[in-house]
Order: sequence, then C-alpha cells, then structure tokens
Amino acid sequence: MSRNGPLALIFHTLFVIFTLAPIVVVCVVAFTPEGYLSLPTNGPSLRWFRTIARYPEFINAFWTSIWLGTVSSVIALAFSVPAALAIARYDFTGREALTALFMSPLMIPHVVLGIAFLRFFTQIGIGGTFLGLVLSHIVVVLPFALRLTLASATGMDRRIEQAAISLGASEWTVLKRITLPLILPGLASGWALSFITSFDEVTMTVFIAAPGTETLPVRMFLYIQDNIDPLVTSVSASVIAATVVALIVMDRIYGLERLLVGRGSGDR
Amino acid sequence: MSAAETEDRRSWMPYLLSAPALLLFIAIVLVPLAMTVLLSFHDWGQYKGIETVFILKNWREIWSDGYFHEVFLRTFRVAFLVTLLTAVLGAPEAYILSRMKSPWKGIFLLVVIGPLLISVVARTLGWALLFGGSGGVVNKALLNLGVISTPIPFMFTETGMMVALAHVLMPFMVLSVWAALQKLDPQIENAALSLGASQMTVLRRIVLPQIMPGILAGAIIVFALAASAFATPSIIGGRRLKVASTLAYDEFLNTLNWPLGAAVAVLLLIALVLIIVGSNRIIERRYAEVFR
Amino acid sequence: MAFLVLDGLTKRFGEHIAVENLSLAVEQGEFLALLGPSGCGKTTTLQMIAGFVTPTSGTITLAGQDLLAVKPAKRGLGIVFQSYALFPHMTAAENVAFGLEMQGVDKSERSRRVTEALELVGLGKFAERHPRRMSGGQQQRVALARALVIRPSILLLDEPLSNLDAKLREEMQIELRQIQRNVGTTTILVTHDQSEAMALSDRIAVMSQGRIEQIAPPHEAYERPATPFVANFLGKTNVLQAQVQSGQALLGEGRWPVPAGSPPRVLVTVRPEKIGFADGGAQALAGQVVTRIFQGNHWLYQVDTAHGRVTVIRQNSGETAPAEGEAVRLSWRQEDMSVRPAETAR
Repeated sequence: MSRNGPLALIFHTLFVIFTLAPIVVVCVVAFTPEGYLSLPTNGPSLRWFRTIARYPEFINAFWTSIWLGTVSSVIALAFSVPAALAIARYDFTGREALTALFMSPLMIPHVVLGIAFLRFFTQIGIGGTFLGLVLSHIVVVLPFALRLTLASATGMDRRIEQAAISLGASEWTVLKRITLPLILPGLASGWALSFITSFDEVTMTVFIAAPGTETLPVRMFLYIQDNIDPLVTSVSASVIAATVVALIVMDRIYGLERLLVGRGSGDR
Repeated sequence: MSAAETEDRRSWMPYLLSAPALLLFIAIVLVPLAMTVLLSFHDWGQYKGIETVFILKNWREIWSDGYFHEVFLRTFRVAFLVTLLTAVLGAPEAYILSRMKSPWKGIFLLVVIGPLLISVVARTLGWALLFGGSGGVVNKALLNLGVISTPIPFMFTETGMMVALAHVLMPFMVLSVWAALQKLDPQIENAALSLGASQMTVLRRIVLPQIMPGILAGAIIVFALAASAFATPSIIGGRRLKVASTLAYDEFLNTLNWPLGAAVAVLLLIALVLIIVGSNRIIERRYAEVFR
Repeated sequence: MAFLVLDGLTKRFGEHIAVENLSLAVEQGEFLALLGPSGCGKTTTLQMIAGFVTPTSGTITLAGQDLLAVKPAKRGLGIVFQSYALFPHMTAAENVAFGLEMQGVDKSERSRRVTEALELVGLGKFAERHPRRMSGGQQQRVALARALVIRPSILLLDEPLSNLDAKLREEMQIELRQIQRNVGTTTILVTHDQSEAMALSDRIAVMSQGRIEQIAPPHEAYERPATPFVANFLGKTNVLQAQVQSGQALLGEGRWPVPAGSPPRVLVTVRPEKIGFADGGAQALAGQVVTRIFQGNHWLYQVDTAHGRVTVIRQNSGETAPAEGEAVRLSWRQEDMSVRPAETAR
C-alpha cells in the first residue's frame, strides 16, 4: 500500500466504513435478543432468525425468488447465446440497433418496465402469475446474460473453429464440440450474474407480483413499508450472508472485476 | 483480418440467430411500452375506471399542477446531487484502489463493488437503521462525539435519501472510473514525475484528464439510476417525500389512476432518454480523441 | 496439369483489393512459400484455398476438381494456424484425434494413427497434456500433428513459426523440412520471413500488393530478382545509379558491360556479400569506410562512394579488415550484378 500517502489511506478508511456501515448494522441488529430494534449489547441471540421459520410468507417468497431467478436466467441465456454469436461473428445491417435493443432494459427505468408489464399482463390475462414474473425477469436479466456471452464469444479465437472445420467438422459439430465448451465459463458467469440480478430485482417486480407470487425482496420491501422490526433485519442479514458467500465464490472462479467491468486486468 | 472474418454482409445467418431474442423483445418489451404510452392518453374516473379514449387530460394535469413540478424537480435535484457525491467520493477511491498492492487491491475492490450485488432493500434497511429508530446510530454517535448538539433529521428527508442513494449507486461510479484507470499507462505518470511534476500536478494534469471519460460515463449511469430509483426513496422518503417513481407507484397501486401513473412514468422515461442522449453527445464530442 | 492450380484469383473487400488476378500452379509434393510483407494478400490467398474466404472471381482446382464447389469442412486440407488454434479444452491426443473422428475413423485405428502422428513430431510422451501446459514449440508440433494426421492433400502453413523465439524457430525449420520430405505432402507456407521461405521451400512466390512479383526457386529468386521489390525483399541489396556510355555502365573507375539497348541511365543492383575489396586494377569503385561492425562470422561495412552509400559484407576469414576512415576500392564480378533502366525503377 506504499504508493498511497497517509491522507489517501484516511480517505480510504472512511470510504470503506461508509460502504460497510449499513450492511454491518443490519447484520448486528439481527442478533438482538430484544423485541425491538437495538444493538445486541447483552450478547447475541438467534431469536429473530428462529422467528423467520414462523413466517411462511418469507419462506414462500424465498422459494419464489429462487425459482424465478433460476428459470428466467436459463431462458435468458438460451436466447442470448445465438444472439451473441450473431453479434460477435457477423457484420450485418442493423447489428448496432439490435445490440442497443437487447441492452435497453438496462437504461429503461424499472418503474416504467413494471408499469408496462402490469398493463400488458393484465390485458392478456396473466397478471400476477408466475409466468408473467418469468417473462418480465427474462427481459431485465437478458442484458447481463448477453454481455457475458458476447464477451466470451468475442474473446474466442476464430481460428480454433476454422481448424475444426478444416478437419471436417460440420457446423453443428463445431458448435457442440468447440464453441459451446469454450464459451461455457462465460455462460456460467452470465447465468450467475443474471440470477443475482433477478433475485435482487424489486422495483419492477413490486408492480407485477401479487400475493402468492411475491418475491423475497418485494416481501421485504412491503414489510418495511409497514414497519421496521428485528424480524426484517434477520431476513435481510440472511440475504446479505448468502450474497456474500455467492460473491466470494464467483470472485474465486471468474473474478468479480471481469464479471462487472467486462474486462479484467488479466484479460486479453 | 477482421474484414476477412466477417466478410459476408448479406448472409441471413445473423438474422436467423438473433430472431428469437428479437421476437421476444418485440412481443414483451416494445408492445408493452407502446401500450403504456397509449395508456397515458386514456381517461380515468373514480367509478368508471379506465376509458380507452385519446385525450391529453393526464398530460395537462402534470403540466399545470405544481405538485407534479415539485416531485419532478426533487427527482432530478436528488439525482444530480447523488451523481456529484458519487463522483467526488468514488473517483478518488477508485484511484486509491488502483494504486494498492495485491492482495489488498483485490480485497478492497471486492469490498467496494461487492455491495452492488447485495439486495437494495437490505442496504436501504441499513440506512434506515442508522438514521432512524430511536435517534439512529449516526445521530447518537455524532451527539456523543459532540459534533452536533441536536440530532440531524435524516429519515424522511432529501439529505437522507441522497446519502442512501449515493451508497447504493457508488459501486457503479467506482467501476466506471476503475475501468478507465486500467487503460492508463503507468509509465505516463512516471514520465510526468521524471519531468519534475509534483504528485498533485500529476493527479490534476495527467491522471484526471485521462479518467474524465470514465467519470462522466459513470455519472450518466448513476444519474439515470438515481432519477429512476424506487425502493430507496420509498423507504427513506416515506409516504410524504415523493419522487417520480414512487409517485407513479402510488397512482398505480393506491389511487388506481393508471393513466395518470403511466403519464408520470412515460415523462420520466422521456426526460431520462433526452438527458442521457444529450450528455452522451456532448461527452463524445468533447472526448472524441480519448474514446477513439 | 499441375496438382493445385489457382487461376485469375481475385478478392475484393469493398474498395480494397486484397488479391488481384493471381495465378499459380503447385506440383504434387512441392513445398511452395507465399512470401511478402503484411497486407500483400498472402494470408487471404491461403484463406481462399482453405475456404474461409470466398474469392470475388477466379478458380481453384485441386487434382483437376473445382475446389470452390467443396465446403471448407470437406476439402481435406491440413492447416497449421499462426496462433496454432489448438482446442484448449482437449488434450494433445484429443486435438490430433479430432479430425480422424470427423472422418469416422474407428477407435483403434484412430489411437494408432494419433500415437504415430505424435511420435512423428516428437511428442509421444505428451499425449495427455493440455495445450495450456505446453511450451510454444510443443503447441506448434501438436498443431502440425493435428494437420498431418488426416493425411491432407495439401498442408497449409500460416506463419507457423512466427510465435517462436529465434533459436527454436531455426530448429523447427529443419524439423519441418524433414517431416515434409518424409511425408511428401504438398505444402504451402505463408510467411513474411524471407529466410524462413528460403530455408524451407522448393519455390518461392514473392507477393506484393495482391500480386505475385516472381515465382522461382529460392536461389534463383535471390540471385536474379525479377523486380526491385523482390531484390529488396529477399535480403539486403545495393542499388547504384550509373551512366551508360558505349554499352558500358560507368561506376567510378569501373566499366561494366550492360545489355544491348540499355537506356543512358541505369540502376545497377549488387548484393553486399558479392562485393570485395580490390587491391588494384581498373575495375573498381573508390570509397571510404564510414562504419565497420563485427558480427562474428562476418564484417559489415558501410562505404561512401561517388554513387552513394554501399553496404559490403565480408566473411571473417582472418584477413585484415579495413578500418573506419580507410580508403577502399570496391569490385564485383560481372555476373553478380543486375542492370535495369532507371526510369522504370520503383
């Protein structure tokens, strides 16, 4: 750390405190033994974590989120792989426009998407259903799936495929035996990032979900709107813990920087 | 070489490959968006519900009612100040991070950008705990330290909203500046130092101009996300302090005036698109050489 | 008819003409090098033979059959790519086996031929290793084995040695030449390295700006370059302007006969290693040594003359070398120089 002066390190320390403070405080308050919001000054207690089990609304919402994230990420990937290959491999009229369209859910406010889906799904009769949730989540996670698939398809040496073709492989064989195995790490990380995005999405989902199809963040949000008590902090602390574990695993496997910036320092 | 590898401009293959995703997007993005725009022109009444006519009533109401002006002004004021805050804090932090040695670099990068993946609701709850409750941890600490004599109101204020939003969106700024810093040739800094420039001069004259595109790109992302944020302003701002997205939510799920809510949302979308496209233009023109 | 015939081959990318009206015939078993600077169209030519680039016009025939009508996957050519393009997720043996698998060769035959091919390139012990864990030279050999194992009608080498360091490159050149001789596969090498082209091939086709400048055996192309471009591209050379008087080119005190009908001004080309230091006599060009560099097996001189600066290379045979600043007289044999009209020089 020698290249940073003392002032820089003080700034850095304050910045890290700012970053971690709200996350840490949730995790600490979650261990309170009291019936109200307080720091566990008399020793930690698991009281409020046990209480979660008595609230099926949270448990059900958790499973809805898990299923929603899994299904929508898989479908989004299935759509993005061919699209990514087209964008990475071919120079065709409308390529830029197509890329912009697929990336647009990143830039459209999720409130607008939520309203649009609420109106649309109500009109076609799938309002408040799991199917509606899946369709809407495919749209918001597709940019993430596409970006990582695109990165690995572009990063791949085309000559490797040419080599396979020159050895007599058909297009289908090349895709199955060469291209897909080589972009698999990109697909896996694209799926992971899509899943987390779907799992965290609240703004759009709050419009679409109905009682029974509420996701965990929506349930938490609606709960907080009524009142903030130790129960919702213990739920949040569990979510934070799970995310941190997933984060560290992903960082080990793929490198968080590469995942989020698109090109890490160790990248080509 | 790239010309040879992507030679066939008229091949139907790329269209075939992207057709599924394209059709999906037309069916469940473009159609619903168009329907929302249409909805904003429909009429609504307490007892008659939505009437599919084409009138300007909702738009006129937004145009003439001071309440809507106040909400939109607040939305963009908060978004602007949040952008400023993330730039002023995030850019230096990214620079400090880039100058760290491993393993600290990797660890703190994870600490700083990792929260991006943690649920927004959980993070905002953290700020609610720090600000609110019985005095809130921040106020208690500041009072104990003697920095302030009376508690600063954070909960249900714009200040609180801005601090929490800055925290939620900070990783985007750090990431954007970080990406710009990675392209920087460290030899350039050394060259400036060898020519007798002080560390401060190097920062101001050499580093800052080179990472400016990164800061501006980050600023656009942060601004767009801050102006359309929902969960954080909703929890910190409470029922009284509305921004555009929470107002639209209210119209939709409490008042049930969907056409008016749709008009608010469409206006937010249009305003954001104009601001983003406009500033992109300016930045690209200003930094044409850096981007090339 | 020759084994592989390219006839009037042209490739345009938009406005840019990469290859222009190129015709070439390659005999069976021959080792031909396409030599030229980057952007001369040599790689595009190779890609057209391989089928990854479709010609704008022209034909390619292999053993009398129209190759352009055959899909790339069915052409049965062995290709060694510059980046090797090994399948990173497969072992060396799996890489080599892939082509045989595509041909539907049965398993026992396949493993026999894979072992054989790996033995041929000296990698018998590395069959189960992944490319990432191999050195550049080893990866290169895997790529060669993978291309040869399918018994290709033609072996295409795209700058195969350019990623290796100098010493390894020389070793691989010798080995590549031996393997090609033993197997007898018709081979086309694309390279920008003139020494590599000369060391490996039976004939060199020197290319520039999408056209072939000269096709000839290496020795002939070097000694009798057809164009100034070839002369310059194949090693160092001296180009001197000279006046012609009564059928002789005047260079200092030297007079060299030129072909009948030469214009009054000509360009004389002489290779540096063909120039010697004359003791006396009239056939010489006077000059002064400007620099003298010792390079182990030879000396490299720069000599200033009335006709410009001349580069001279002399073998380090133990004789005393003229010092810097010393006056020298340069001479060469009549047959070592080539003469062309000054006007057409590029």
